Amino acid sequence: MIKNDLCFHCGDSCGTNTITFKEKSFCCNGCKTVFEIFSENDLTCYYDLQDSPGAIPKEIQGKYDFLDQQNIIDKLLEFSDGNTQVVTLYIPHIHCSSCIWILENLNKLNPGISSSQVNFGKKNVRISFNSSLCSLKDVVLLVSSIGYEPYISLEDFKAGKDNVNRSLIYKLGVAGFAFGNVMFLSFPEYFDVGEFWLERYKHVFRWVMFSFSVPVIFYSAQDYFISAYKGLRSRILNIDVPIALGAAVLFIRSTIEIIFDYGSGFFDSLTGLIFFLLLGRFFQQKTYSFLSFERDYKSYFPIAVTKISPEGKETPIQVYDIKKGDRLLIRNEELIPVDGILINGNASIDYSFVTGESETVSKQSGDKLFAGGKQTSGMIEMEVLKSVEQSYLTQLWSNDVFNKNKQDGFTTLTNTISKRFTIAVLSIAFIATAYWLAVDSSKAINVFTAVLIIACPCAIALSAPFTLGNMLRIYGRLKFYVKNASVVEQLAEIDTIIFDKTGTITTNQKSHATYEGDTLSTSEEKLLKNTLRGSNHPLSRSLYNLLDEHDIISLNYFEEHVGKGIEASHNDNNIKVGSAVFVGKTTDTNVLTTSVHISSNNVYKGKFTFHNNYRKGLSKLFNNLKKHYDLAILSGDNEGEQENLKKLLPSKTKLIFNQKPDDKLEYIKYHQSEGAKVLMIGDGLNDAGALAQSDVGISVSENVNVFSPACDAILDASKFDQLYKYIQASKGAIKIIKWSFALSFFYNVIGLYFAVTGQLAPVIAAILMPLSSISIVVFTTVSTNLLGRRLE
Amino acid sequence: MSAIYILLSISILVAVFFFIIFILAVRSGQFDDSYTPSVRMLFEDELVKEQSQSTNKKTKKD
Repeated sequence: MIKNDLCFHCGDSCGTNTITFKEKSFCCNGCKTVFEIFSENDLTCYYDLQDSPGAIPKEIQGKYDFLDQQNIIDKLLEFSDGNTQVVTLYIPHIHCSSCIWILENLNKLNPGISSSQVNFGKKNVRISFNSSLCSLKDVVLLVSSIGYEPYISLEDFKAGKDNVNRSLIYKLGVAGFAFGNVMFLSFPEYFDVGEFWLERYKHVFRWVMFSFSVPVIFYSAQDYFISAYKGLRSRILNIDVPIALGAAVLFIRSTIEIIFDYGSGFFDSLTGLIFFLLLGRFFQQKTYSFLSFERDYKSYFPIAVTKISPEGKETPIQVYDIKKGDRLLIRNEELIPVDGILINGNASIDYSFVTGESETVSKQSGDKLFAGGKQTSGMIEMEVLKSVEQSYLTQLWSNDVFNKNKQDGFTTLTNTISKRFTIAVLSIAFIATAYWLAVDSSKAINVFTAVLIIACPCAIALSAPFTLGNMLRIYGRLKFYVKNASVVEQLAEIDTIIFDKTGTITTNQKSHATYEGDTLSTSEEKLLKNTLRGSNHPLSRSLYNLLDEHDIISLNYFEEHVGKGIEASHNDNNIKVGSAVFVGKTTDTNVLTTSVHISSNNVYKGKFTFHNNYRKGLSKLFNNLKKHYDLAILSGDNEGEQENLKKLLPSKTKLIFNQKPDDKLEYIKYHQSEGAKVLMIGDGLNDAGALAQSDVGISVSENVNVFSPACDAILDASKFDQLYKYIQASKGAIKIIKWSFALSFFYNVIGLYFAVTGQLAPVIAAILMPLSSISIVVFTTVSTNLLGRRLE
Repeated sequence: MSAIYILLSISILVAVFFFIIFILAVRSGQFDDSYTPSVRMLFEDELVKEQSQSTNKKTKKD
């Protein structure tokens, strides 16, 4: 019977207002309605696949009116041909197999929908529908009505959908196909050279191998040639230079050999080399399809809002078209897209997207509203002060840092070593050639090409991709999602760590308060608790949960003054809860902290002061970090928490308050100009500039599916205390790469012995090349997994 | 021994055939989402049961 207390649809506790329908209990009408829709259409199988898979459908009246506008529809549709239209909707709620099932059976709910396909990883659904039977708005409303509200943001409002880049898979396929076939064809010649039939048909075999290699060198390997060319042009000897050189020499020498019948060529090694290299690239390319590291404010802002014309008519308006002086209507749960002034309505703004602070801010008519806040109680009207691009928050994105690619300026370990490597190989090749010119000039060119072939740094080029690629997977399992491999390398070089305060080192819940003043009597406390019960203000809710349980009493009088406090009375006692001025205390000693003041029967009693709730393990983390790194905290808030932080954190931690988004960015820039490698850890959109400017920017997120500004890595908030270990692990990964470099040098020395002495046979190259590559792959995989095991 | 030409061309033709299938598979987007199909595959049975149930209901009404 326990199950009955939980909503059959969404799994939430039903509480006191259980709605019973068809012997099943529901927590609200929304859930019941969804169940009704499903049972009418024979889709209750939804509940068999997974217990309580649903979400409560939200009130969406009028929210999607903008989908009637043709120019917005055109931008959102992926494909439109006469009546057939296709749209891909991002639905954050997709989380289980029931979700896939119901969303792929949408055609049973609306005959206008011909088919729908879910991509679970990307959390989106691709819906094809007949526009003569239902409009895009109908589709969105249908999906929302069953609890799967799509997330349509300003980012979707752009011409052209991005194409999936599959070229790496094609290249890998071509190389693998050629490698396998060339191996078979070259096998006979490895062992039996003088045999009669082999002698007769070897030319056929060789030319077939040649034709397999042509697409490999000209298609699969083209990235290496392009990259080597680019590197040389900007005077950098990157790792692709010796690879391109080796591949080109392999191909040219092999072709000459088979034309003049000198030998069988090295086509097997050539195709194998390219195949292994591409495999490394493929492995390194770990992507988290459900996360995005490139988000800016556009991902969070709505496409359109409601504009009120001077005549009082409500029309949807595209966000980019909003001009100064326009009047906007912001509904409950809608985001404020531009800076403006509140005209009327009860504004309670949640700025958590911006600051990470989840406590809502109350505003009165005439107050300034900033873009990025979310209205949380009823409708408001506002007048626009600035357009979208010029708003306080969004203008941050006009800073140059957002157009810079961080990886461009970073030299990877592989490229550092490849410079010396290339020079060494070339000198060995020339010295060996010079020696053989003097001793036996017929062998000179043979030796020269052999050195370049055998020294082709396949194993070196594979070390970093396999180590770092595996590291990304290990981090991913531990809820630390890193954008790409070079971020792991950069993380290992960090020497300064800067934290944001609110939302980063603190949690989002304010569940910690201290009381100062005269002790409240039991009856006063009882009255206070019952007064708070009637209020929906976030601080009232928090304080209500903190106080001890008391009997429920009915109040004789209760009134909530918006932005000030609450007044209530029971029998002869009255109580006032709220701001200092409201309760009759004129001088508040500490205006920096968040406090709730209490007065009973017009006598001031005391105040509850709320403190930030710091993440668990914070002190330990900082104490571990202080041994190796310079630490600082940059906060957008006032100094209210300074004393508290000083107690918690090591004494040399710098604490800087009242930082605007631009200030944070400049602070990091200043430290970088002094040679520091900065790791920035933040969470809100106001940290976006700092995250972009830092060498590595990590964003901490309570729910990785919902929110994170552009960054290099996303850390799940529950793993915040593990940060030190993760950074140490990146250093371990670099050590592994260095060891595998040593291992591949060892193979190179063996190979060079054969090459320099002029006895490099194709079979030696064909054994050495895959052997070195595979042993590097095995070594790096095993050692990173050992490293990963220590993390868990 | 000219059979070797026939054998060689057959083996290459088979290889090329599979290669073309691979290209078509990539092009159709089969490699884009490697998770959802594994779940979707298990739905087939549920759907059949669902349909037979609904037809049963209809026949009962009739």
